[in-house]
Amino acid sequence: MNLPIPIFIAASVIKSVIVLFVLLTAIAYSVWLERKVVGRIQNRWGPSRVGPFGLLQPLADGLKFIFKEDLTPPHVYRPLFLAAPMIAMIFALTSISVIPFGNSITVGGYSIPLQITDVNIGLLLILGITSMGVYGVALAGWSSNNKYSLLGGLRASAQMVSYEIALGLSLVGVLIQSGSFSLRTIVDQQGGHFAGFIPRWNFFHGQFIGFFVYLIAAFAETNRIPFDLPEAEGELGAGYHTEYSAMKFAAFFMAEYANMITVGCLATLLFFGGWHGPLFGPPLMQALLPVFWFTVKVVCFIFLYIWVRGTLPRLRYDQLMSFGWKFLLPLAIANLVATAIAVVW
Amino acid sequence: MSLHLILFLLFGAICVAGAVNLLVQRHPINSALSLIAVMAALAGEYLLLGAEFVAAIQVIVYAGAIMVLFVFVIMLLNAGEEEETKGSRVAILFGVPGVLTGAVLTGWVVLRHSGTEPVPIGALPGPPTEIAHLLFHDFLLPFEVTSVLVLIAIMGAVVLATKPEATERKAR
Repeated sequence: MNLPIPIFIAASVIKSVIVLFVLLTAIAYSVWLERKVVGRIQNRWGPSRVGPFGLLQPLADGLKFIFKEDLTPPHVYRPLFLAAPMIAMIFALTSISVIPFGNSITVGGYSIPLQITDVNIGLLLILGITSMGVYGVALAGWSSNNKYSLLGGLRASAQMVSYEIALGLSLVGVLIQSGSFSLRTIVDQQGGHFAGFIPRWNFFHGQFIGFFVYLIAAFAETNRIPFDLPEAEGELGAGYHTEYSAMKFAAFFMAEYANMITVGCLATLLFFGGWHGPLFGPPLMQALLPVFWFTVKVVCFIFLYIWVRGTLPRLRYDQLMSFGWKFLLPLAIANLVATAIAVVW
Repeated sequence: MSLHLILFLLFGAICVAGAVNLLVQRHPINSALSLIAVMAALAGEYLLLGAEFVAAIQVIVYAGAIMVLFVFVIMLLNAGEEEETKGSRVAILFGVPGVLTGAVLTGWVVLRHSGTEPVPIGALPGPPTEIAHLLFHDFLLPFEVTSVLVLIAIMGAVVLATKPEATERKAR
């Protein structure tokens, strides 16, 4: 980091504002994409009235959430009831800060990395932040003072703690291969090709089991179908956010989508080569193409999320727990041992 | 006053305030949350020392995993507010001398080592590679012995948690 301090601060502020704006827009439009795609899967149109293709639907939803009555039930534990959506939201938005979106760009002679901050323990930082995100859900369930909310919160914390282990272990394989916690270094090592045409991504570099373990654990971490037991509407009302209304409810919703995007970014960076992709055209296009490839990969990942949501039914709770502990965890450990042996060989 | 000192004092203040709040709060969940604040502030202090790996592990393991289990148990038992007692005689008999001894010992250690140089940033082994070298090379035996200790604790917990009916059913 050899930038002068004022320029460093200015660049950081500008980057933070842009990333936050893009992230919030992406959250809004992944909700739109989800409604649209799930609509088509179920043979209906999805949002189509507000704007062309229903593209202004997120704006309408946002306005609706702001103007709805914000009800705080009388029996809740008020401080934590108010804090829980904020906790969920803060941790969901913070983890994007160490995600690199592309290589450095050069502005006025200064090389500025396309990332809010490049820390050399980037991956651990993301794991730490996501592990703190459990509190939002758990405290929301507890402070609502409602049996359905409490059950939802308990399920959420048990599920997230269980699958976090498999998630962490599935990433260790990639770490052994790259020998670094820095997301930028991990991506840099995935440039180039095998045999001239297969990209040198970790997914093709022996980590496909690691990727599938990561994928399944990530679905559970973000409480998405088929692992959305914390908010199973058939048995728990709406789970941990039963008692929440208006913008507080929207905060949980946005946190879930922000987590989805973070998990998609992480999968792209660790297993699918980050911003690497074919580069061609004039210099400006060459500078923008890496960010484009990164975005395309993340959107594919989010589409996969929506596809699975439209396809699979929800698991039973005991199936969820035995799958996580008796199948996914041993598989992750086996993958870890195999990778270690292959690297030392 | 440098930024470093300001941050050190800030995290230190959060730490101490969280620790005091932990004792003062009546409701177990508030105490648990104060403990999380203490853990997170400690991670900040580690970061100031340049030990970024230890800081990340502090957040993941203590603030993330262990405290989630604390909160989980409190939620599961639905523990209520604690009752106030009039104070036991044992507490006064042993507690007050204990606190005094502890205070004197701490003061003595601090005074005795007051001449030592402060630790500059990055003086401690921070990067994961160095920590790994320490753990798996220089201190391999103590590290492995600790892991066996943890394993024994886990097995003890499993034995204690197993319901007697379940073992009987298996025996038949």
